[in-house]
Amino acid sequence: MDNLSSKLLENAVMEFNRLQGVGKRSALRMVLNILNFSESEKESFIEAFRALKDDIHYCKICNNISDNEICPICANPKRNHAIICVVQDIRDIIAIENTRQFNGIYHVLGGIISPIDGIGPDDLNMYSLFEKAKAGVLEEIILALPTTIEGDTTNYFIYKNIEDCDLKITTIARGISIGDELEYADEVTLGRSLKDRIDFEQITVRS
Amino acid sequence: MHLKKLQLYNFKNFGEINLELHPKINFFVGNNGVGKTNLMDAIYYLSFCKSFHNSFENNNIKHNEDFFAIHGTYDDINSQDNVLISCSLRSGSRKIFKFNKKEYQRLADHIGLIPLVIISPYDADLINLGSEFRRRYFDSVISQFDKLYLDDLVNYNRVLQQRNVLLKTMFEQHRFDGESLKIWDFQMSELGQRINQRRIKFLGNLKPIFQEYYNFLTNGKEKVEIEYESQANDKNYFEELIRNHEKDKFAQYSTFGVHKDDYIFKMNDFPIKRYGSQGQQKSFLIALKLAQFSHTQNISKTKPLLLLDDIFDKLDENRVLQIIALAGDGKLGQVFISDTHLDRIESLFAKLELSYSCFDIKNGNIIQLV
Repeated sequence: MDNLSSKLLENAVMEFNRLQGVGKRSALRMVLNILNFSESEKESFIEAFRALKDDIHYCKICNNISDNEICPICANPKRNHAIICVVQDIRDIIAIENTRQFNGIYHVLGGIISPIDGIGPDDLNMYSLFEKAKAGVLEEIILALPTTIEGDTTNYFIYKNIEDCDLKITTIARGISIGDELEYADEVTLGRSLKDRIDFEQITVRS
Repeated sequence: MHLKKLQLYNFKNFGEINLELHPKINFFVGNNGVGKTNLMDAIYYLSFCKSFHNSFENNNIKHNEDFFAIHGTYDDINSQDNVLISCSLRSGSRKIFKFNKKEYQRLADHIGLIPLVIISPYDADLINLGSEFRRRYFDSVISQFDKLYLDDLVNYNRVLQQRNVLLKTMFEQHRFDGESLKIWDFQMSELGQRINQRRIKFLGNLKPIFQEYYNFLTNGKEKVEIEYESQANDKNYFEELIRNHEKDKFAQYSTFGVHKDDYIFKMNDFPIKRYGSQGQQKSFLIALKLAQFSHTQNISKTKPLLLLDDIFDKLDENRVLQIIALAGDGKLGQVFISDTHLDRIESLFAKLELSYSCFDIKNGNIIQLV
């Protein structure tokens, strides 16, 4: 791979190689692929990345990736701005939006607390969330972070900082997945689901 | 429940082996180094999906061969007969474990199905080596039948690791932030407290059985005790974590918690490590293992297989006689015993009127004598 005939080719390959999950061989294949594009295809390819660099915004309210200063979700007056769902990154928003069950707005942390990965509260979009909570207009904050040790720790950190605010703090339910047979559930999930069992009335009323 | 048939292919020093086993007592006789322990290990393997002391899987394959396989046929597993448990490993690929020819999705699903207790010369490590060996032993016994405990342990270790990295980072950056540490303390105390309570409860159940077995083996000459030593005992876990921040700051690791627990083995109020004779230490360990046997039997509602590796190395003839008498009384299930001397076994059984099978192991071959 070190003896490419062109320095320009090599540079482009190296750039693709920087991407996660792309090895040198795949990078070379991609670059050769692009080289075979028509002139106008190449232009639009490059333009997409230039625009990504120059024009992308992070929503001033929720920190989601957006074309404008305020993302479409936060700019939508029909959504309930008194309920905020806290997530790790944009992929979680896409997943929750696909459920069509949530009409509030989001707050994107950009990660979770993990000293092993060198991420502390200061590295995350944490403090603007606390300000929102303290402003006194929110009804509820829903914590929708991974159900891992690090996710729980981040939940706890947020909780500790806003527990005095006059609002409801909830977290997404954890337990047996919908449609699961109990005999196939792993013991830990089943055990915790039993421990955190819920009032049947709650379910019947909801559905 | 018992192991009826054992087949080995290229497992450690054995080529192809076919054994029909006795439902009660099986002896493996042979000189040192012929593979008695390896044979025991094959039986252990079928219960725990791994070797007793060889964690590098490829070493279990016979030299110059590229796979090994162990097949065991069991009777009376949950009132099912002729259950075939198979394990095979091809060099460089993953281990395949099967129940009646159907592959397990997770090895964890198998562990506990064929309960087994092993008594071997390696047990001495529990007395001689550091506290982590004792914690690991007790943890493995508890978690075999308590998956929530296992989950707590895994999560505790994760929190511990994160917290230690945080302490180290703060030290390197010369800024100590108690609040950042505290957010880990919350989970650490939840998990640590549960682990502490579970360990207390387990030892509380085990201790009377253990003491009874020790008295049985030694005719009650000494008073033995296992003490669970934990910084967390009778303490408010969360407050203690906070109180130790200053200490943690300088140590750069977490100084308080159940990862520092130990089990103190005592005889007549003194640590057996320093004050017990070789024989007393051996009786202590065997009583512990027999207590583990009872515990396992109580939970799994079946008598575990019992492996007695090199038993005469540990006990004099009278005590071995007592243990085998237990088997005769129906207190034990199927027992496997290994020894170097055939005459010792024959004279032993001349005194007991029990039926048994005896296998002579020579150069990777096994011949049934009785």
